[in-house]
Amino acid sequence: MKYLITLVVATSAGFLARLYMLRRDYRQYPSYPQGWAIHLFLGFIGGSIGAVIVPAILEGDYSAVSFLLLAASQFREVRNVERQTLGAMEATEMVKRGTAYIEGIARVFEARNYLAIWVALSVAAVSELLASLGYWRVVISTLVGALMALVLVQLMQGDRIDDIATVELVEVKFDGALAIIGETVMMNVGLPQSRQVYQERGLAAIISPNGPDAKATLANLGQMQAIAHDVSSMIGVFMDVGEQEFIPMVRRNPSTGSLHVLMVPSERDEEAFLTAIRRVPVLEGAIRKPLTSVAGKMVD
Amino acid sequence: MDKQILAVITVDRDKVGGGAPIFYAQDEEELLDTAVLISRIFGAAAHDLHNGVFVIVKH
Repeated sequence: MKYLITLVVATSAGFLARLYMLRRDYRQYPSYPQGWAIHLFLGFIGGSIGAVIVPAILEGDYSAVSFLLLAASQFREVRNVERQTLGAMEATEMVKRGTAYIEGIARVFEARNYLAIWVALSVAAVSELLASLGYWRVVISTLVGALMALVLVQLMQGDRIDDIATVELVEVKFDGALAIIGETVMMNVGLPQSRQVYQERGLAAIISPNGPDAKATLANLGQMQAIAHDVSSMIGVFMDVGEQEFIPMVRRNPSTGSLHVLMVPSERDEEAFLTAIRRVPVLEGAIRKPLTSVAGKMVD
Repeated sequence: MDKQILAVITVDRDKVGGGAPIFYAQDEEELLDTAVLISRIFGAAAHDLHNGVFVIVKH
């Protein structure tokens, strides 16, 4: 088994890269052991595919290479599985994730398996290139794998709301039954006791986009729902099933393009509220760049 | 259907009519009480129309 070292090192590198990426997203996904087991095993499969490709090429066994690439395409299925799982759990969420957010998460999970394959592939390639160095190649290829994983994860890092907009706290005001933030009417809160809850515990913020691109991105309904979901999953909501007036609201001010968020968190902590909004990821599917078009530039 | 009026509560009989169930209240106090109870029963939101009429809407 002259490729044993390469196979073991590269497969473990792919597996560990998947583990490293899994540790970074506990917030998007509740960390349940079964989910971990599924994704780690898929990472292991990805790692071994990446690891085996290099020896297969060196041996000139191109049909094996084609089969391995075919196997890699099976990871598409991961996206479907994630979509179905999250879609099925949607009914149990107090504040819905929304389909756009689910798509985003599913895509990330699929992509991470490909990253694991890339890491394993690069480790295997380095290990085979340096085969004359003896055991030093293990050290060097491990370093290359770690570097590769760090760089890829960094490249895959999406923006957060903080990167495209400024978030400020504003006061919740009432005009009769109408809850008003800034100039925008958010909702009609009919019951005086509910209005009192809003006045005592409610928090509101305005998210102002930094430019036309950010404005177009924030206008996406999926992005608005993702903000409502993520903020309430980070700082909690003060509501029970069926208390519709306390569902977190995200509304858009058509004249400025800014988003207005109104909610009653379980603990009234202004800084935590603002931080939660700033840390909401910008959904890949929501990103718009009108400034790259001729017409968009003319409007600006 | 996306949104639906489940009930109408009012102190003024002349202001309401139509298909949804209508509850008449004697005064403002009873109006609010009834609005709270019905909105909790349906798990729906109570909206104040500012003219002595409340509607219970399922969103």
